[in-house]
Amino acid sequence: MTEMPIPTPGTPSPQPEAIVGRSLWQDAWIRLRRNRAAVASALVLAFLGLVGIFGPMLSPHDYTRVYPQFVRAPASLEPYPRADVVIPNFERTMARARIEGTPVLENGTVSVQIRDEEPIDDRILRYFQRSDLFINPRLDLAPDGLSGTLSADVEQLYFLFGTDAVGRDLMSRIFIGVRISLAIGLLASAMALLLGVTYGAISGYLGGRGDNVMMRIVDVLYSLPFIFFVILLVVFFGRNLVIIFIAIGATEWLDMARIVRGQTLSLKRQEFVQAAEALGATRAGILMRHVVPNTLGPVIVFVTLLVPKAILLESLLSFLGLGVQEPLTSLGLLISEGAANMRGAPWLLIWPALTLTAILFALNFLGDGLRDSLDPKDR
Amino acid sequence: MLRYTLRRLASAVPTVFIIVTLTFFMIRLAPGGPFDLERPLDPLIMENLKRAYNLDGSLWSQYLTYMGNLMQGDLGPSFTKRDFTVNDLFASGLPISMLLGGLAISLAVLIGTILGAIAALRQNSWLDYTIVGLATFGITTPNFVVAPLLSLFFGVILRWLPAGGWSSSDPAYWVLPVVTLALPQVAVIARLVRGATIEALRSNHVRTARAYGLPARTVVVKHALRAAMLPAVSYLGPTAAGLLTGSVVVETIFGLPGIGRYFVQGALGRDYTLVMGTVVVIALFILLFNLIVDLLYTLLDPRVRYD
Repeated sequence: MTEMPIPTPGTPSPQPEAIVGRSLWQDAWIRLRRNRAAVASALVLAFLGLVGIFGPMLSPHDYTRVYPQFVRAPASLEPYPRADVVIPNFERTMARARIEGTPVLENGTVSVQIRDEEPIDDRILRYFQRSDLFINPRLDLAPDGLSGTLSADVEQLYFLFGTDAVGRDLMSRIFIGVRISLAIGLLASAMALLLGVTYGAISGYLGGRGDNVMMRIVDVLYSLPFIFFVILLVVFFGRNLVIIFIAIGATEWLDMARIVRGQTLSLKRQEFVQAAEALGATRAGILMRHVVPNTLGPVIVFVTLLVPKAILLESLLSFLGLGVQEPLTSLGLLISEGAANMRGAPWLLIWPALTLTAILFALNFLGDGLRDSLDPKDR
Repeated sequence: MLRYTLRRLASAVPTVFIIVTLTFFMIRLAPGGPFDLERPLDPLIMENLKRAYNLDGSLWSQYLTYMGNLMQGDLGPSFTKRDFTVNDLFASGLPISMLLGGLAISLAVLIGTILGAIAALRQNSWLDYTIVGLATFGITTPNFVVAPLLSLFFGVILRWLPAGGWSSSDPAYWVLPVVTLALPQVAVIARLVRGATIEALRSNHVRTARAYGLPARTVVVKHALRAAMLPAVSYLGPTAAGLLTGSVVVETIFGLPGIGRYFVQGALGRDYTLVMGTVVVIALFILLFNLIVDLLYTLLDPRVRYD
């Protein structure tokens, strides 16, 4: 369908039920669904959003838990500790306990057949209890007490993305990083949205001198190097999450204010606004009910592109050590740690970098798709 | 033209003034001071230090002193880097940042324009889609991801180039920082030039040039591309100012002695003069390049006249 049927009241149409108008939003939705890149991006984002919400709960490791014996363990599908670590360790412990045999590792349990001339004393188990590698050592003795099986369990841990420089599971840290990054992106954008829409709508609706003054202020703020003010704010007023998203939101609302003001200027001359004025609606009521909802199209597009910007800014702050603080983490902080460890442990850089790039890529594609589908000129 | 330039320069003075004043009071209102240590200094020593660095008077008199010195081009002594004045620090660091930034911009303009023009001339071909895809990738990948990855692959794994460090005589040390700085700009310029070229190719003056029977190369290079450079040029103004004054990320990762790190270091150490100096230098660069952009407009677009 290339042309939208416009039902015009007054002119009788031959088949009134055949003509169903599509609203701007329905139309946009249909066109967005046809854009494969945008749909794929939305799915990726939904997946990452779920990872951010539920990942930390489902992950087998807590993101603050330190495993001192597995520092910088490479990413792997195999469980840790490795067999080639367990057996020598077991043999060393056996030597200390003065027993001989060839231990076997099976399903997370090491066992060895032992035999002696004198009855075996179960105090040899203490050597195994002392090791931090083996748990629940036990001795199954034959009735004569001269031979038996000594076995101990090995706690098997999976580090699919490896561990970091102090031995924390990287996957759990990425999950929490995704959560923090997405949350800051959304909150900062919401902050910019609130400020920008309010300021822009008021400025545009007031018009005249008030509008002039308000827009001059925006122009002056525009020429300031804002990233420096974010850095100053964060350095001086503490490095907590609230300050970060307020600082980012407070610097990103200027474009939003301009867009909304432009829309409001053209909207306020339209008949439906005049009608509302004639009916005696208050200015605030007109702004809230009639003007702001009609500016939503461009605003939504802008927000989709604002979220990656805010995520990027937060990651930059975290990268510089000005963002979230340990043990909490964000993708920028993980990348910064990865960059410091990349020579010995490249996976510490590669996984967080891939995750951040995926988020930013998906948000940008979704934003482009929304812009194309909400633009009535482009068909 | 000259009158316009002078008027613009004059109107830049209040902007710089506002920026400097805002920064001065913001950083002074912040808690902490440059001489705060883990163990507090002896009050007498603190007093002497403050007197030596002109921090003992009222905030207002300090402000007047600073502005007076600034008028004479004196940015004051650094508080945290003892024995150096801020002027010394910039004299040694700014040339390095400007060298790298300048190379990065030149590279970005050259490659970005060529890629953008190719994509526009072959619109909707696989070449176009590849370039646009790569450009999206370049825009979305932040430089603190690109820099360590480049350093990892070319410096650590392949060992083709130094992974970090600086040498002003060996250009091999310049390659990775310049590429990192240039990549996102290549992407943005390619997108801007592509969009503008597509529009320019449909415009009246290009159609007229074709109708005259001018060779295709002349039409594209002299008429279409010239008009298509306008959005890229206005984007480049503030970007160039940012690149020439150094990048904190690139300088941190590659360990370069530029001036990009001074702002964050200064803010963390409450090095008031260093922070102020960085803000002044960056504001001057931004205003200068906005002026250059406006003057370039008159050269590129014959419809723009300022007299």
